[in-house]
Amino acid sequence: MADRPYLPCTEIIGFLADYLDGELSPERKLEFERHLAVCPSCVAYLETYRETIRMARATTNGPRIPIDDAPEDLIRAILSVVK
Amino acid sequence: MFMNTPSRQERPGGDNLVARLRSGDGSAFEMLVRTQTPALLRVARRFMHSEEDARDALQDAFISAFRSIGAFEESAQISTWLHRIVINACLMRLRTQRRHPEEDIEKYLPKFLEDGHQAEPSAPWCETAETVLQRTELCGLVRRCIEQLPDTYRVVLLLRDIEELPTEDVAQMLGVTPNAVKIRLHRGRQALRALLDPHMRDIA
Repeated sequence: MADRPYLPCTEIIGFLADYLDGELSPERKLEFERHLAVCPSCVAYLETYRETIRMARATTNGPRIPIDDAPEDLIRAILSVVK
Repeated sequence: MFMNTPSRQERPGGDNLVARLRSGDGSAFEMLVRTQTPALLRVARRFMHSEEDARDALQDAFISAFRSIGAFEESAQISTWLHRIVINACLMRLRTQRRHPEEDIEKYLPKFLEDGHQAEPSAPWCETAETVLQRTELCGLVRRCIEQLPDTYRVVLLLRDIEELPTEDVAQMLGVTPNAVKIRLHRGRQALRALLDPHMRDIA
């Protein structure tokens, strides 16, 4: 295996989501990790891609985002059409 | 009379409330609208580009929900059922007001050299989701970057990564294949990453 060529960065970045979702075959996953062991740029891409997902989730749906009170005019508008 | 705090039997999703909604009880409708609107408006705001559109979508959703209350399965949570109806109302509105032409996402995707290496090496970030949450301006920045994504990709990112709906459900909602959802999600995340990158890099 050590003599086989490394996967190119295009393959790593193209199939990153499958890697993170655990959808790669065991052989493919090993090839991924072999590349990551020698490519700091792909490691940085992987980590920042993962952080992007976490940031999106945290800033739009996190437990620390308060839910505002419902605007009374909106509630009245909805009730006027459904009641 | 309207009650601010629903009783145990009348909490949203409670059997009694559903029965009252089905019988056309106006005070039950009012209770549902009042208890569910804050969370549902928050969902609509994520999808729509303006407050007015978010409110209109929510109104569409409640009309649709009250028309189809007979189809509500009592084993489900009414809040979950309404949540899905709001998303569908938002998607419907976004489809009718789609901006033409949509911005090309290619410019946000990574470039590669002929030998397959990244054309510009990626660098680690100094910020994490936890540190971003502690800084209001960074939270706003992340939300503005999401808003900048072309709708085709933004909607999939919201449905999969924020609403955490399964790929198959998203494919069905959008009328595309599960594979198309996966591709759009990956590109949307890559584009968002590219938009955040200059602000999050560890420049120390």
